[in-house]
Amino acid sequence: MKPIHSTNDFVIKFANVNGSGSASANEMFARAIMRMGVPVAPRNIFPSNIQGMPTWYEMRVSAAGWLGRRGGCDLMVAMNPQTWDRDIAEIEPGGYLFYDSTKAQPRSRFREDITVLGIPLTEICNREYTDARQRQLFKNIMYVGALTALLGMDFSVVEKLIADQYRGKDKLIDANVNALKLGYEHAMQNLSCPIGLRVERADGVGKQIFINGNNACGLGAVYGGATVAGWYPITPSTSVIEAFGSYCRKYRTDPDNGMARYAIVQAEDELASIGMVIGAAWNGARAFTATSGPGISLMQEFFGLAYFAEVPVVVFNVQRGGPSTGMPTRTQQSDLIACAYASHGDTKHVLLFPEDPYECFTLGAQAFDLADRLQTPVFVLLDLDIGMNDRLCQPFDWDDQRRYDRGKVMTAEQLEAGKNFGRYLDVDGDGIPWRTIPGTHPTKGAFFSRGTTRNAYAKYSEAGTDYVYNMERLRRKFETAKKMVPAPVLKPASQATRFGAIHYGSTSPAMAEASALLEAQGIHVDTLRVRGFPFADEVIDFINDHDVVFVVEQNESGQLRMLLLTEGEIDPKKLVRVLHYDGTPITARFIAGRIGDALSEHKVTPIRKQVAS
Amino acid sequence: MTYLAKPKLLRTDAPKNSLGYTRRDYEGAISTLCAGCGHDSISAAIVQACFDLDIEPHRVAKLSGIGCSSKTPDYFLGASHGFNTTHGRMPSVLTGAALANRDLTYMGISGDGDSASIGIGQFAHAMRRGVNMTYIVENIGVYGLTKGQFSATADKGSKSKRGVVNNDTPIDLVALALQLGASYVARSFSGDKEQLIPLIKGALRHRGPAFIDVISPCVTFNNHAGSTKSYDYVREHNDAVNRLDFILPRDQINATYAPGELRRIVQHDGSILHLRKLDSDYDPSDRVGAMNHLQERHALGEIVTGLLYVDSSAEDLHRHLNTVEKPLNQLGDAYLCPGSKALDALNASLR
Repeated sequence: MKPIHSTNDFVIKFANVNGSGSASANEMFARAIMRMGVPVAPRNIFPSNIQGMPTWYEMRVSAAGWLGRRGGCDLMVAMNPQTWDRDIAEIEPGGYLFYDSTKAQPRSRFREDITVLGIPLTEICNREYTDARQRQLFKNIMYVGALTALLGMDFSVVEKLIADQYRGKDKLIDANVNALKLGYEHAMQNLSCPIGLRVERADGVGKQIFINGNNACGLGAVYGGATVAGWYPITPSTSVIEAFGSYCRKYRTDPDNGMARYAIVQAEDELASIGMVIGAAWNGARAFTATSGPGISLMQEFFGLAYFAEVPVVVFNVQRGGPSTGMPTRTQQSDLIACAYASHGDTKHVLLFPEDPYECFTLGAQAFDLADRLQTPVFVLLDLDIGMNDRLCQPFDWDDQRRYDRGKVMTAEQLEAGKNFGRYLDVDGDGIPWRTIPGTHPTKGAFFSRGTTRNAYAKYSEAGTDYVYNMERLRRKFETAKKMVPAPVLKPASQATRFGAIHYGSTSPAMAEASALLEAQGIHVDTLRVRGFPFADEVIDFINDHDVVFVVEQNESGQLRMLLLTEGEIDPKKLVRVLHYDGTPITARFIAGRIGDALSEHKVTPIRKQVAS
Repeated sequence: MTYLAKPKLLRTDAPKNSLGYTRRDYEGAISTLCAGCGHDSISAAIVQACFDLDIEPHRVAKLSGIGCSSKTPDYFLGASHGFNTTHGRMPSVLTGAALANRDLTYMGISGDGDSASIGIGQFAHAMRRGVNMTYIVENIGVYGLTKGQFSATADKGSKSKRGVVNNDTPIDLVALALQLGASYVARSFSGDKEQLIPLIKGALRHRGPAFIDVISPCVTFNNHAGSTKSYDYVREHNDAVNRLDFILPRDQINATYAPGELRRIVQHDGSILHLRKLDSDYDPSDRVGAMNHLQERHALGEIVTGLLYVDSSAEDLHRHLNTVEKPLNQLGDAYLCPGSKALDALNASLR
């Protein structure tokens, strides 16, 4: 078997034990590749556990900039004896195995068709260090050093990363660089470096930044003007609030007195979290929560209240598998229906689908304007794949001329001037009523917020006509929302085609790559990335303009497809499911395979429209 | 029906407070509760307390959950914003509202079903957090709107209107509030406005979580023999530990007290709580003593009322979070958005 030769285009997978400190070493390695100008897309595959269970860090190196998961593994860094067999089995034929050779392994435990690279990491560590924790942590740095040699990378780049990471802590820098050198030199002396897989300096990264989506959401909430966050810890959304807190401490601490221009409360549960958010938003502050599946389930009743009382709240939902523990540390897009129609009664909610950390930031900030403008809950639906993995994306930008759109808030001056105020009155024809913030005016504009049982002036009413008026206005408001949510992004195929594919969120990089794979096979598919719900007219037009539209999703029931069928009144036969839901991020190979198979199975070979002669 | 507005008062000689408001300015829509419901007396006490304290009605936010008691905020302070939230969840919505604007006065109105059953978690955590609010439970011992089922505050052995005996141990919200960190804790009776009004005033001017459990007999479902929350039972077993006179800093103190009879407590805003002792051993600054006293008297079938505990130096949630003095809902873009330069620097650190 000929060893794989590939420069700047391969997959490395690290098999580790969680709690061993491997995550930061692996991340540093990914960052080193990025600093060499080569696009890299790492993904953490981790258990619901703190210490001792298997964890993997999969890193796709792609000069072409494909950031979706590729699948397969060209170089396995097998540091976990528990998962040895399955890790070895996963290596592509001709691939490489890097392992700790301190303890001799029988030949039967290896494969003939791979290149085996052993370094006695434990032995070196035990020789060099006496402290048990140091032995563990520096083992990780040591394999990073060895990989630097094996892949022919620039040692100084990794060295500088360590210096950056531990700036101001010189002792730590020296110790880490020493461990790095030990690994590097041992590999250089004992193994034939470099191997067939190489990282060479390139210019594929440019100005892009490397950040995870949850951090970007937290930052988006800061830029979006959020001041109140109520939350309850839940994987994988917890770090949204942690990031919000840390950016707030940095950007929202009053320079004069050190006081906080924000309030974050860890609630007793998700019900209280959303309750606090609703209370704060009702009272005129921008407020949000971040949660995941079970939290969304618990918040249902409150979503209905916010919808009918028309309170502008923002909810970041970092989607995952569910329920219980286990799948929750795996990615899915399985909360669309739970969010789109959340709560009892006739409700419909605005959803946003960011594709990467850049959009987590921009759509995250925009969500607050949309919520205020529409006076309704807005859900930002990302998922674990974007939320918890560092991803290369375009740098954040902000227009300093931009002002927050607080929507239709009636001021004391307007009330004083005698402007007609009916809390639920549609004065502008767009379904959006005016609101007042508590405390505005001594005698005008106060109202009593309830669910549905009131008239346009917020007075208690059980009259059917008042209820119908309200529901029709809410429908008008949802129509208005159509034009306000971010527009879909169309990527036409290289030539005209009757086939389309609709996708959203974290599927984006895999879809882009799948399109290229299909193009290479002569299959042309226009793609449309949906960014918001309610669906803009362009989404329905796109479906109408194609004969077959694949709906690519990371859930089992085809939830976006359901929404399209219901809301767009589409013929179900027209929308073909492409569903990936095993908890791993969707791949281009999967999408291209399914679309390719479907087109051949249905024998839907492109037919030119008959031209009347 | 509540959408019937009360007619504007035409009397010109109605007394005015220092803001120029009459009592009518503190009233709300006409109550839809049963004739004789104790809740209406509590609403009237709130109106009187706010009038006496010269509170601007629009600077009060009144929040409630679901149930008979939670309907009442519509019946007082018509010029205040109100929020009738979901069942048992008023405390969280109030907490959020209080975070958004620390300058308003927050009043949470709840019932025994709303706070002791479905909402016991939120009740407990709002107390723990030190939310600056006046939290009133209108405690009737049964579910009114759903017609007379026992609530979690019903005493063991008490009898329902249909003759069913309650076997479950009652939850004493006062005991919970004491344990969980409320810094102003009182119990009163809707039939005793002389006691109730000063207690509400003291609560409104208290900084931190002020909790008042008001026994309010349900005239329709819980006012019969065998009930421990009937008018007759509460009158007979009302064991008041003290009587409160609430005194604003500007007021002259005219009352005279016998030596040893009075305890004087100054709140953070300068308002004064004069407590006339009825039980010579009772010390309202002793939290553990208060808890013991409650348990002992409850075992004897007595209902302990009065200002049971007060800590006038307590800190509230805003202090814990170190939030800026200006209400968060009034911070402009410039105070909230770090701008593009900060973003450029951040981008540079992410490469």
